[in-house]
Amino acid sequence: MTDSLTLPPPALAPAAPGPAGLPRLLPAAGTVPADLRAHLARHGPLRYAGSPGRLAAEAAAAGLTGRGGAAFPVARKLDAAAQARPAPLVAGNGAEGEPASSKDRSLLWISPHLVLDGLQLAAEAARSTTAVLYVQRNQRLHARLAQAIAERAAAGVDAARVDLVPAPERFLAGEESALVSRLTGRPAVPAYRPVRGLPRLAPGRPALVQNVETLAHLALIARYGAAWFRLAGTESEPGSMLATLHLPGGRTSVTEVPLGIGLADLLGLDTVPAGPGGDIVPSAGGPVRAVLVGGYHGAWLPAAEAARLPLANAALRPLGAAVGAGVVAALPAGRCGLAETARVARYLALESAGQCGPCFNGLPRIAAALDHLAGPRPDQRARADLERWAGLAAGRGACHHPDGSVRFIRSALRVFAAEAGLHERGRCSGTDPRPFLPLPAGRPASDADWS
Amino acid sequence: MEERLRVNPVACAGHGACAELLPELITLDEWGYPIAADQPVPRGLRREARRAVSNCPALALALARVA
Repeated sequence: MTDSLTLPPPALAPAAPGPAGLPRLLPAAGTVPADLRAHLARHGPLRYAGSPGRLAAEAAAAGLTGRGGAAFPVARKLDAAAQARPAPLVAGNGAEGEPASSKDRSLLWISPHLVLDGLQLAAEAARSTTAVLYVQRNQRLHARLAQAIAERAAAGVDAARVDLVPAPERFLAGEESALVSRLTGRPAVPAYRPVRGLPRLAPGRPALVQNVETLAHLALIARYGAAWFRLAGTESEPGSMLATLHLPGGRTSVTEVPLGIGLADLLGLDTVPAGPGGDIVPSAGGPVRAVLVGGYHGAWLPAAEAARLPLANAALRPLGAAVGAGVVAALPAGRCGLAETARVARYLALESAGQCGPCFNGLPRIAAALDHLAGPRPDQRARADLERWAGLAAGRGACHHPDGSVRFIRSALRVFAAEAGLHERGRCSGTDPRPFLPLPAGRPASDADWS
Repeated sequence: MEERLRVNPVACAGHGACAELLPELITLDEWGYPIAADQPVPRGLRREARRAVSNCPALALALARVA
Protein backbone atom coordinates (compact mmCIF):
# COMPACT_ATOMS: atom_id res chain seq x y z
CA MET A 1 0.00 0.00 0.00
CA THR A 2 1.22 3.49 -0.61
CA ASP A 3 -0.25 6.03 1.75
CA SER A 4 -3.79 4.84 2.01
CA LEU A 5 -4.81 3.40 5.31
CA THR A 6 -8.33 2.17 5.59
CA LEU A 7 -9.28 1.99 9.17
CA PRO A 8 -11.77 -0.68 10.04
CA PRO A 9 -14.77 -0.08 12.20
CA PRO A 10 -14.76 -2.46 15.16
CA ALA A 11 -17.15 -5.11 13.97
CA LEU A 12 -18.07 -6.72 17.27
CA ALA A 13 -19.55 -4.87 20.16
CA PRO A 14 -17.71 -5.77 23.35
CA ALA A 15 -19.70 -7.86 25.80
CA ALA A 16 -18.24 -5.94 28.70
CA PRO A 17 -15.47 -3.41 29.17
CA GLY A 18 -12.14 -4.90 30.10
CA PRO A 19 -10.60 -8.11 28.96
CA ALA A 20 -13.58 -10.46 29.31
CA GLY A 21 -15.08 -10.00 25.86
CA LEU A 22 -13.90 -9.26 22.37
CA PRO A 23 -12.26 -7.30 20.93
CA ARG A 24 -9.07 -7.72 22.89
CA LEU A 25 -6.51 -6.30 20.50
CA LEU A 26 -8.55 -3.53 18.99
CA PRO A 27 -10.24 -0.76 20.98
CA ALA A 28 -13.68 -1.53 22.34
CA ALA A 29 -15.12 1.40 20.42
CA GLY A 30 -13.96 3.85 17.81
CA THR A 31 -10.77 3.80 15.84
CA VAL A 32 -8.73 6.31 17.80
CA PRO A 33 -5.15 5.06 18.02
CA ALA A 34 -4.08 4.34 21.59
CA ASP A 35 -1.16 6.41 22.85
CA LEU A 36 0.98 5.09 25.68
CA ARG A 37 -1.13 6.71 28.37
CA ALA A 38 -4.40 5.30 27.00
CA HIS A 39 -2.75 1.92 26.50
CA LEU A 40 -1.54 1.77 30.10
CA ALA A 41 -4.91 2.98 31.37
CA ARG A 42 -6.62 0.08 29.58
CA HIS A 43 -4.14 -2.72 30.21
CA GLY A 44 -1.83 -1.60 33.02
CA PRO A 45 1.93 -2.13 33.02
CA LEU A 46 3.51 -5.12 31.32
CA ARG A 47 3.74 -8.20 33.52
CA TYR A 48 6.36 -10.94 33.25
CA ALA A 49 9.06 -8.46 32.39
CA GLY A 50 11.97 -10.08 34.22
CA SER A 51 10.67 -13.64 34.00
CA PRO A 52 10.91 -14.85 30.40
CA GLY A 53 10.62 -18.51 31.47
CA ARG A 54 7.21 -17.85 33.00
CA LEU A 55 6.14 -16.11 29.81
CA ALA A 56 7.06 -19.12 27.64
CA ALA A 57 5.21 -21.44 30.03
CA GLU A 58 2.15 -19.18 29.98
CA ALA A 59 2.24 -18.99 26.16
CA ALA A 60 2.42 -22.80 26.07
CA ALA A 61 -0.52 -23.14 28.46
CA ALA A 62 -2.46 -20.59 26.41
CA GLY A 63 -1.84 -22.56 23.23
CA LEU A 64 -0.92 -19.38 21.38
CA THR A 65 0.05 -20.00 17.76
CA GLY A 66 1.58 -17.64 15.21
CA ARG A 67 -0.97 -15.38 13.53
CA GLY A 68 1.13 -14.72 10.42
CA GLY A 69 -0.30 -17.74 8.63
CA ALA A 70 1.65 -20.83 9.66
CA ALA A 71 0.04 -21.21 13.13
CA PHE A 72 3.34 -22.41 14.62
CA PRO A 73 3.30 -22.77 18.43
CA VAL A 74 4.75 -19.58 19.92
CA ALA A 75 6.11 -21.26 23.06
CA ARG A 76 8.30 -23.56 20.96
CA LYS A 77 9.90 -20.59 19.25
CA LEU A 78 10.37 -18.81 22.58
CA ASP A 79 12.02 -21.91 24.08
CA ALA A 80 14.30 -22.28 21.07
CA ALA A 81 15.23 -18.60 21.33
CA ALA A 82 16.00 -18.93 25.04
CA GLN A 83 18.42 -21.77 24.33
CA ALA A 84 19.98 -20.38 21.14
CA ARG A 85 23.59 -19.20 21.18
CA PRO A 86 24.42 -16.46 20.47
CA ALA A 87 21.33 -14.55 21.60
CA PRO A 88 18.90 -14.24 18.68
CA LEU A 89 17.95 -11.05 16.98
CA VAL A 90 14.26 -10.41 17.59
CA ALA A 91 11.90 -9.16 14.90
CA GLY A 92 8.23 -8.27 14.87
CA ASN A 93 6.89 -9.08 11.43
CA GLY A 94 4.41 -6.58 10.03
CA ALA A 95 5.37 -6.94 6.37
CA GLU A 96 1.88 -8.15 5.48
CA GLY A 97 2.74 -8.76 1.84
CA GLU A 98 -0.62 -10.46 1.21
CA PRO A 99 -2.59 -7.84 -0.76
CA ALA A 100 -5.92 -9.09 0.62
CA SER A 101 -4.83 -8.69 4.25
CA SER A 102 -4.87 -5.42 6.18
CA LYS A 103 -5.14 -6.70 9.75
CA ASP A 104 -1.49 -6.18 10.69
CA ARG A 105 -1.37 -2.58 9.61
CA SER A 106 -4.74 -1.91 11.24
CA LEU A 107 -3.42 -3.37 14.50
CA LEU A 108 -0.15 -1.43 14.25
CA TRP A 109 -2.11 1.75 13.61
CA ILE A 110 -4.69 1.36 16.36
CA SER A 111 -2.83 -0.57 19.07
CA PRO A 112 0.89 -0.06 18.46
CA HIS A 113 1.78 -0.36 22.14
CA LEU A 114 0.38 -3.88 22.45
CA VAL A 115 2.69 -4.95 19.62
CA LEU A 116 5.63 -3.08 21.13
CA ASP A 117 4.93 -4.69 24.53
CA GLY A 118 5.01 -8.12 22.89
CA LEU A 119 8.21 -7.24 21.08
CA GLN A 120 9.84 -6.38 24.41
CA LEU A 121 8.72 -9.69 25.90
CA ALA A 122 10.10 -11.58 22.90
CA ALA A 123 13.40 -9.68 23.14
CA GLU A 124 13.65 -10.59 26.80
CA ALA A 125 12.90 -14.26 26.06
CA ALA A 126 15.71 -14.19 23.51
CA ARG A 127 18.08 -12.24 25.83
CA SER A 128 18.36 -9.56 23.16
CA THR A 129 18.92 -5.88 23.89
CA THR A 130 17.66 -4.84 20.48
CA ALA A 131 14.60 -5.65 18.45
CA VAL A 132 13.38 -4.82 14.98
CA LEU A 133 9.88 -3.89 13.90
CA TYR A 134 9.62 -4.80 10.20
CA VAL A 135 6.65 -3.04 8.67
CA GLN A 136 5.43 -2.53 5.13
CA ARG A 137 6.39 0.79 3.60
CA ASN A 138 3.77 3.35 4.48
CA GLN A 139 4.80 6.83 5.52
CA ARG A 140 1.88 7.53 7.83
CA LEU A 141 2.16 4.19 9.57
CA HIS A 142 5.93 4.48 9.98
CA ALA A 143 5.59 8.02 11.36
CA ARG A 144 3.00 6.82 13.85
CA LEU A 145 5.13 3.86 14.94
CA ALA A 146 8.23 6.05 15.28
CA GLN A 147 6.17 8.30 17.53
CA ALA A 148 5.01 5.35 19.65
CA ILE A 149 8.58 4.07 19.99
CA ALA A 150 9.75 7.56 21.00
CA GLU A 151 6.94 7.82 23.57
CA ARG A 152 8.13 4.63 25.21
CA ALA A 153 11.76 5.69 25.14
CA ALA A 154 10.81 8.97 26.85
CA ALA A 155 8.82 7.05 29.48
CA GLY A 156 11.69 4.62 29.96
CA VAL A 157 9.41 1.58 29.89
CA ASP A 158 11.53 -0.59 27.59
CA ALA A 159 14.73 -2.59 28.05
CA ALA A 160 15.40 -3.36 24.38
CA ARG A 161 15.97 -0.69 21.74
CA VAL A 162 13.53 -0.96 18.82
CA ASP A 163 14.51 -0.18 15.23
CA LEU A 164 11.84 0.35 12.60
CA VAL A 165 12.74 -1.30 9.28
CA PRO A 166 10.62 -0.87 6.13
CA ALA A 167 9.54 -4.01 4.28
CA PRO A 168 9.30 -3.94 0.48
CA GLU A 169 5.79 -4.21 -0.88
CA ARG A 170 6.19 -7.75 -2.16
CA PHE A 171 4.08 -10.82 -1.48
CA LEU A 172 7.03 -12.71 -0.01
CA ALA A 173 8.61 -9.84 1.95
CA GLY A 174 7.33 -11.28 5.22
CA GLU A 175 8.42 -14.86 4.60
CA GLU A 176 10.65 -15.57 7.59
CA SER A 177 13.91 -16.14 5.73
CA ALA A 178 13.20 -13.17 3.43
CA LEU A 179 12.78 -10.96 6.50
CA VAL A 180 16.06 -12.26 7.90
CA SER A 181 17.76 -11.58 4.58
CA ARG A 182 16.43 -8.01 4.56
CA LEU A 183 17.70 -7.40 8.10
CA THR A 184 21.20 -8.28 7.02
CA GLY A 185 21.10 -5.67 4.26
CA ARG A 186 20.38 -8.10 1.44
CA PRO A 187 17.23 -8.26 -0.71
CA ALA A 188 14.11 -9.53 1.03
CA VAL A 189 13.97 -12.84 -0.84
CA PRO A 190 13.48 -16.28 0.72
CA ALA A 191 16.44 -18.54 1.43
CA TYR A 192 16.90 -22.28 1.15
CA ARG A 193 16.85 -23.72 4.68
CA PRO A 194 17.62 -27.41 4.80
CA VAL A 195 17.77 -27.41 8.60
CA ARG A 196 14.69 -26.71 10.67
CA GLY A 197 14.72 -24.35 13.64
CA LEU A 198 15.19 -20.62 14.03
CA PRO A 199 16.34 -18.88 10.83
CA ARG A 200 19.92 -17.58 10.91
CA LEU A 201 21.34 -14.24 9.94
CA ALA A 202 24.41 -14.37 7.72
CA PRO A 203 27.13 -14.49 10.41
CA GLY A 204 25.38 -17.27 12.32
CA ARG A 205 23.19 -15.30 14.67
CA PRO A 206 19.73 -16.89 14.93
CA ALA A 207 16.57 -14.81 14.69
CA LEU A 208 13.27 -14.97 16.54
CA VAL A 209 10.56 -13.74 14.18
CA GLN A 210 6.96 -13.33 15.29
CA ASN A 211 4.04 -11.77 13.48
CA VAL A 212 2.93 -8.47 15.03
CA GLU A 213 -0.52 -9.78 15.95
CA THR A 214 1.11 -12.73 17.69
CA LEU A 215 3.19 -10.29 19.74
CA ALA A 216 0.06 -8.36 20.73
CA HIS A 217 -1.58 -11.59 21.96
CA LEU A 218 1.60 -12.37 23.89
CA ALA A 219 1.41 -8.98 25.63
CA LEU A 220 -2.16 -9.76 26.73
CA ILE A 221 -1.33 -13.31 27.84
CA ALA A 222 1.47 -11.87 29.99
CA ARG A 223 -1.08 -9.63 31.69
CA TYR A 224 -4.19 -11.78 31.90
CA GLY A 225 -2.89 -15.33 31.69
CA ALA A 226 -3.48 -18.52 29.74
CA ALA A 227 -6.91 -19.30 31.22
CA TRP A 228 -8.18 -15.89 30.18
CA PHE A 229 -6.77 -16.35 26.67
CA ARG A 230 -8.65 -19.63 26.36
CA LEU A 231 -12.00 -17.97 27.14
CA ALA A 232 -12.17 -17.35 23.40
CA GLY A 233 -11.64 -19.88 20.64
CA THR A 234 -11.74 -23.65 20.68
CA GLU A 235 -9.97 -26.21 22.85
CA SER A 236 -7.44 -27.08 20.13
CA GLU A 237 -7.26 -23.58 18.63
CA PRO A 238 -7.70 -21.12 21.48
CA GLY A 239 -7.90 -17.36 21.52
CA SER A 240 -9.05 -14.67 19.17
CA MET A 241 -7.66 -13.61 15.84
CA LEU A 242 -7.84 -10.69 13.49
CA ALA A 243 -9.52 -11.39 10.19
CA THR A 244 -9.67 -9.31 7.03
CA LEU A 245 -13.06 -9.76 5.42
CA HIS A 246 -13.97 -9.05 1.82
CA LEU A 247 -17.75 -8.96 1.69
CA PRO A 248 -19.86 -9.52 -1.42
CA GLY A 249 -21.06 -5.93 -1.43
CA GLY A 250 -17.45 -4.83 -1.89
CA ARG A 251 -16.83 -3.73 1.69
CA THR A 252 -13.55 -4.71 3.36
CA SER A 253 -13.21 -4.80 7.11
CA VAL A 254 -10.86 -5.96 9.81
CA THR A 255 -12.50 -7.66 12.72
CA GLU A 256 -11.40 -9.60 15.78
CA VAL A 257 -13.15 -12.94 16.16
CA PRO A 258 -12.78 -16.08 18.26
CA LEU A 259 -11.07 -18.93 16.44
CA GLY A 260 -13.72 -21.43 15.43
CA ILE A 261 -16.36 -18.82 14.62
CA GLY A 262 -18.71 -20.06 11.90
CA LEU A 263 -17.91 -18.71 8.46
CA ALA A 264 -21.68 -18.14 8.10
CA ASP A 265 -21.61 -15.85 11.18
CA LEU A 266 -18.45 -14.17 10.03
CA LEU A 267 -19.76 -13.35 6.55
CA GLY A 268 -23.48 -13.07 7.27
CA LEU A 269 -24.23 -16.11 5.08
CA ASP A 270 -27.56 -17.90 5.12
CA THR A 271 -27.09 -21.58 5.79
CA VAL A 272 -29.68 -22.57 3.20
CA PRO A 273 -28.37 -22.36 -0.35
CA ALA A 274 -30.42 -21.03 -3.25
CA GLY A 275 -29.89 -20.89 -7.00
CA PRO A 276 -30.59 -23.56 -9.59
CA GLY A 277 -27.77 -25.88 -8.49
CA GLY A 278 -27.97 -24.93 -4.84
CA ASP A 279 -24.51 -23.41 -5.22
CA ILE A 280 -25.35 -19.79 -4.47
CA VAL A 281 -25.79 -18.77 -0.85
CA PRO A 282 -27.69 -15.61 0.05
CA SER A 283 -26.02 -13.28 2.52
CA ALA A 284 -26.54 -9.92 4.11
CA GLY A 285 -24.28 -8.38 1.47
CA GLY A 286 -25.77 -10.22 -1.51
CA PRO A 287 -25.61 -13.72 -3.02
CA VAL A 288 -22.30 -15.53 -2.61
CA ARG A 289 -20.79 -18.04 -5.05
CA ALA A 290 -17.71 -19.21 -3.16
CA VAL A 291 -15.54 -18.32 -0.20
CA LEU A 292 -11.77 -17.90 -0.27
CA VAL A 293 -10.21 -18.79 3.06
CA GLY A 294 -6.56 -18.11 3.91
CA GLY A 295 -5.74 -15.58 1.21
CA TYR A 296 -3.81 -16.15 -2.00
CA HIS A 297 -2.00 -19.19 -0.63
CA GLY A 298 -5.33 -20.43 0.71
CA ALA A 299 -8.21 -22.28 -0.88
CA TRP A 300 -11.64 -21.68 -2.37
CA LEU A 301 -14.62 -23.44 -0.85
CA PRO A 302 -18.11 -23.69 -2.36
CA ALA A 303 -20.31 -21.17 -0.54
CA ALA A 304 -22.77 -23.83 0.62
CA GLU A 305 -19.94 -25.86 2.15
CA ALA A 306 -18.25 -22.81 3.69
CA ALA A 307 -21.53 -21.82 5.36
CA ARG A 308 -21.34 -24.99 7.47
CA LEU A 309 -17.68 -24.65 8.46
CA PRO A 310 -15.89 -22.91 11.32
CA LEU A 311 -12.83 -20.71 10.90
CA ALA A 312 -10.49 -23.32 12.41
CA ASN A 313 -7.67 -25.40 10.98
CA ALA A 314 -9.07 -28.61 12.46
CA ALA A 315 -12.06 -28.34 10.13
CA LEU A 316 -10.41 -26.58 7.18
CA ARG A 317 -7.18 -28.56 6.75
CA PRO A 318 -8.88 -31.84 5.78
CA LEU A 319 -10.47 -29.84 2.93
CA GLY A 320 -7.13 -28.43 1.78
CA ALA A 321 -7.81 -25.01 3.28
CA ALA A 322 -6.41 -23.23 6.35
CA VAL A 323 -7.06 -20.18 8.49
CA GLY A 324 -3.73 -18.69 7.34
CA ALA A 325 -3.42 -15.03 8.21
CA GLY A 326 -7.19 -14.62 8.46
CA VAL A 327 -8.16 -13.43 4.99
CA VAL A 328 -11.72 -14.46 4.15
CA ALA A 329 -13.35 -13.34 0.91
CA ALA A 330 -16.94 -14.02 -0.15
CA LEU A 331 -17.08 -14.00 -3.94
CA PRO A 332 -20.33 -12.42 -5.15
CA ALA A 333 -22.55 -14.56 -7.38
CA GLY A 334 -22.04 -12.22 -10.32
CA ARG A 335 -18.29 -12.76 -10.54
CA CYS A 336 -16.48 -15.50 -12.43
CA GLY A 337 -14.28 -17.44 -9.99
CA LEU A 338 -11.98 -18.63 -12.78
CA ALA A 339 -11.35 -15.10 -13.99
CA GLU A 340 -10.72 -13.90 -10.42
CA THR A 341 -8.28 -16.72 -9.75
CA ALA A 342 -6.50 -16.22 -13.07
CA ARG A 343 -5.92 -12.56 -12.25
CA VAL A 344 -4.44 -13.42 -8.86
CA ALA A 345 -2.42 -16.32 -10.33
CA ARG A 346 -0.73 -13.89 -12.70
CA TYR A 347 0.14 -11.67 -9.75
CA LEU A 348 1.52 -14.66 -7.80
CA ALA A 349 3.68 -15.65 -10.78
CA LEU A 350 5.12 -12.13 -10.91
CA GLU A 351 5.79 -12.30 -7.17
CA SER A 352 8.07 -15.33 -7.52
CA ALA A 353 11.48 -14.23 -6.31
CA GLY A 354 12.80 -15.89 -9.46
CA GLN A 355 15.32 -17.99 -7.57
CA CYS A 356 14.06 -21.55 -7.99
CA GLY A 357 13.66 -23.11 -11.45
CA PRO A 358 10.40 -24.97 -10.79
CA CYS A 359 8.79 -21.76 -9.43
CA PHE A 360 9.96 -19.23 -12.01
CA ASN A 361 9.31 -21.67 -14.86
CA GLY A 362 6.12 -23.16 -13.50
CA LEU A 363 4.07 -20.28 -12.09
CA PRO A 364 3.97 -18.08 -15.22
CA ARG A 365 3.00 -21.08 -17.36
CA ILE A 366 0.35 -22.15 -14.87
CA ALA A 367 -1.02 -18.61 -14.74
CA ALA A 368 -1.15 -18.37 -18.53
CA ALA A 369 -2.95 -21.72 -18.78
CA LEU A 370 -5.48 -20.65 -16.16
CA ASP A 371 -6.03 -17.37 -17.97
CA HIS A 372 -6.74 -19.39 -21.12
CA LEU A 373 -9.16 -21.68 -19.24
CA ALA A 374 -10.94 -18.59 -17.91
CA GLY A 375 -11.65 -17.46 -21.48
CA PRO A 376 -14.25 -18.77 -23.95
CA ARG A 377 -13.92 -22.26 -25.49
CA PRO A 378 -10.46 -23.02 -24.16
CA ASP A 379 -8.24 -25.66 -25.71
CA GLN A 380 -8.50 -28.54 -23.23
CA ARG A 381 -4.80 -29.28 -23.55
CA ALA A 382 -4.35 -26.20 -21.35
CA ARG A 383 -5.98 -28.09 -18.50
CA ALA A 384 -3.58 -31.03 -18.81
CA ASP A 385 -0.61 -28.69 -19.11
CA LEU A 386 -1.72 -26.83 -16.00
CA GLU A 387 -2.06 -30.03 -13.97
CA ARG A 388 1.37 -31.23 -15.07
CA TRP A 389 3.08 -27.90 -14.33
CA ALA A 390 1.33 -27.67 -10.97
CA GLY A 391 2.77 -31.07 -10.06
CA LEU A 392 6.24 -29.93 -11.08
CA ALA A 393 6.13 -26.62 -9.20
CA ALA A 394 4.60 -27.67 -5.87
CA GLY A 395 7.07 -28.64 -3.17
CA ARG A 396 10.15 -27.82 -5.22
CA GLY A 397 10.95 -24.27 -4.14
CA ALA A 398 13.06 -22.94 -1.27
CA CYS A 399 9.93 -21.37 0.22
CA HIS A 400 6.24 -22.27 0.09
CA HIS A 401 5.34 -19.85 -2.70
CA PRO A 402 4.90 -22.49 -5.41
CA ASP A 403 3.05 -24.83 -2.99
CA GLY A 404 0.67 -22.14 -1.76
CA SER A 405 0.03 -20.76 -5.25
CA VAL A 406 -0.68 -24.24 -6.61
CA ARG A 407 -3.01 -25.01 -3.69
CA PHE A 408 -5.00 -21.84 -4.40
CA ILE A 409 -5.20 -22.51 -8.17
CA ARG A 410 -6.12 -26.19 -7.78
CA SER A 411 -8.89 -25.27 -5.35
CA ALA A 412 -10.33 -22.94 -8.01
CA LEU A 413 -10.38 -25.72 -10.61
CA ARG A 414 -12.20 -27.93 -8.10
CA VAL A 415 -14.71 -25.40 -6.82
CA PHE A 416 -15.35 -23.73 -10.18
CA ALA A 417 -15.53 -27.00 -12.16
CA ALA A 418 -19.08 -26.22 -13.33
CA GLU A 419 -17.91 -22.77 -14.40
CA ALA A 420 -15.07 -24.37 -16.39
CA GLY A 421 -17.72 -26.50 -18.12
CA LEU A 422 -19.61 -23.33 -19.10
CA HIS A 423 -16.43 -21.80 -20.50
CA GLU A 424 -15.88 -24.91 -22.63
CA ARG A 425 -19.24 -24.17 -24.23
CA GLY A 426 -18.29 -20.54 -24.74
CA ARG A 427 -20.30 -19.21 -21.83
CA CYS A 428 -19.55 -17.64 -18.46
CA SER A 429 -21.81 -17.13 -15.47
CA GLY A 430 -20.06 -13.90 -14.52
CA THR A 431 -22.19 -10.82 -15.08
CA ASP A 432 -19.87 -8.28 -13.49
CA PRO A 433 -16.41 -7.99 -15.05
CA ARG A 434 -14.99 -5.71 -12.35
CA PRO A 435 -12.17 -7.29 -10.32
CA PHE A 436 -13.17 -8.38 -6.83
CA LEU A 437 -10.08 -9.73 -5.07
CA PRO A 438 -7.68 -6.89 -4.30
CA LEU A 439 -4.26 -6.63 -5.93
CA PRO A 440 -1.73 -3.84 -5.49
CA ALA A 441 -2.35 -1.00 -7.92
CA GLY A 442 0.35 0.15 -10.29
CA ARG A 443 2.60 -2.82 -9.66
CA PRO A 444 6.03 -2.08 -11.10
CA ALA A 445 7.12 -4.46 -13.83
CA SER A 446 10.64 -4.45 -12.42
CA ASP A 447 11.64 -7.43 -10.32
CA ALA A 448 14.49 -5.46 -8.83
CA ASP A 449 12.57 -3.94 -5.94
CA TRP A 450 13.13 -6.30 -3.03
CA SER A 451 14.74 -3.94 -0.54
CA MET B 1 21.28 -44.57 8.89
CA GLU B 2 20.38 -43.76 5.32
CA GLU B 3 21.21 -41.01 2.88
CA ARG B 4 18.88 -38.99 0.71
CA LEU B 5 19.56 -36.61 -2.15
CA ARG B 6 18.68 -32.98 -1.53
CA VAL B 7 18.57 -30.26 -4.16
CA ASN B 8 19.10 -26.67 -3.09
CA PRO B 9 16.58 -25.08 -5.50
CA VAL B 10 18.04 -21.59 -5.12
CA ALA B 11 21.57 -22.67 -6.03
CA CYS B 12 20.47 -25.11 -8.77
CA ALA B 13 20.87 -23.59 -12.22
CA GLY B 14 19.69 -26.62 -14.17
CA HIS B 15 23.06 -27.71 -15.56
CA GLY B 16 21.80 -31.29 -15.54
CA ALA B 17 25.10 -32.94 -14.64
CA CYS B 18 23.46 -34.84 -11.78
CA ALA B 19 20.95 -36.52 -14.08
CA GLU B 20 23.75 -37.62 -16.40
CA LEU B 21 25.81 -39.06 -13.57
CA LEU B 22 22.95 -40.60 -11.61
CA PRO B 23 20.07 -41.33 -13.98
CA GLU B 24 18.86 -44.10 -11.65
CA LEU B 25 17.82 -41.52 -9.03
CA ILE B 26 17.64 -38.17 -10.80
CA THR B 27 15.50 -37.14 -13.74
CA LEU B 28 15.12 -33.68 -15.22
CA ASP B 29 11.80 -31.88 -15.47
CA GLU B 30 10.76 -30.28 -18.75
CA TRP B 31 12.70 -27.12 -17.85
CA GLY B 32 15.92 -28.99 -17.06
CA TYR B 33 15.69 -28.94 -13.27
CA PRO B 34 16.40 -32.13 -11.33
CA ILE B 35 13.79 -34.30 -9.63
CA ALA B 36 15.48 -36.54 -7.09
CA ALA B 37 13.82 -39.86 -6.32
CA ASP B 38 11.97 -39.76 -3.02
CA GLN B 39 13.83 -42.72 -1.55
CA PRO B 40 17.08 -43.43 0.30
CA VAL B 41 20.17 -43.84 -1.87
CA PRO B 42 20.62 -47.62 -2.27
CA ARG B 43 23.93 -48.98 -1.05
CA GLY B 44 24.95 -49.93 -4.58
CA LEU B 45 24.57 -46.35 -5.83
CA ARG B 46 26.36 -44.50 -3.04
CA ARG B 47 29.56 -44.04 -5.01
CA GLU B 48 27.65 -42.63 -8.02
CA ALA B 49 25.60 -40.40 -5.73
CA ARG B 50 28.75 -38.93 -4.18
CA ARG B 51 30.15 -38.32 -7.63
CA ALA B 52 26.98 -36.50 -8.69
CA VAL B 53 27.18 -34.35 -5.57
CA SER B 54 30.81 -33.39 -6.06
CA ASN B 55 30.33 -32.75 -9.78
CA CYS B 56 27.41 -30.33 -9.47
CA PRO B 57 28.73 -27.10 -11.02
CA ALA B 58 26.43 -25.04 -8.77
CA LEU B 59 27.16 -27.00 -5.56
CA ALA B 60 23.39 -27.45 -5.33
CA LEU B 61 23.22 -31.18 -4.70
CA ALA B 62 23.80 -32.73 -1.29
CA LEU B 63 23.48 -36.04 0.47
CA ALA B 64 21.58 -35.63 3.71
CA ARG B 65 21.97 -38.22 6.42
CA VAL B 66 18.60 -39.23 7.76
CA ALA B 67 18.48 -41.20 10.98
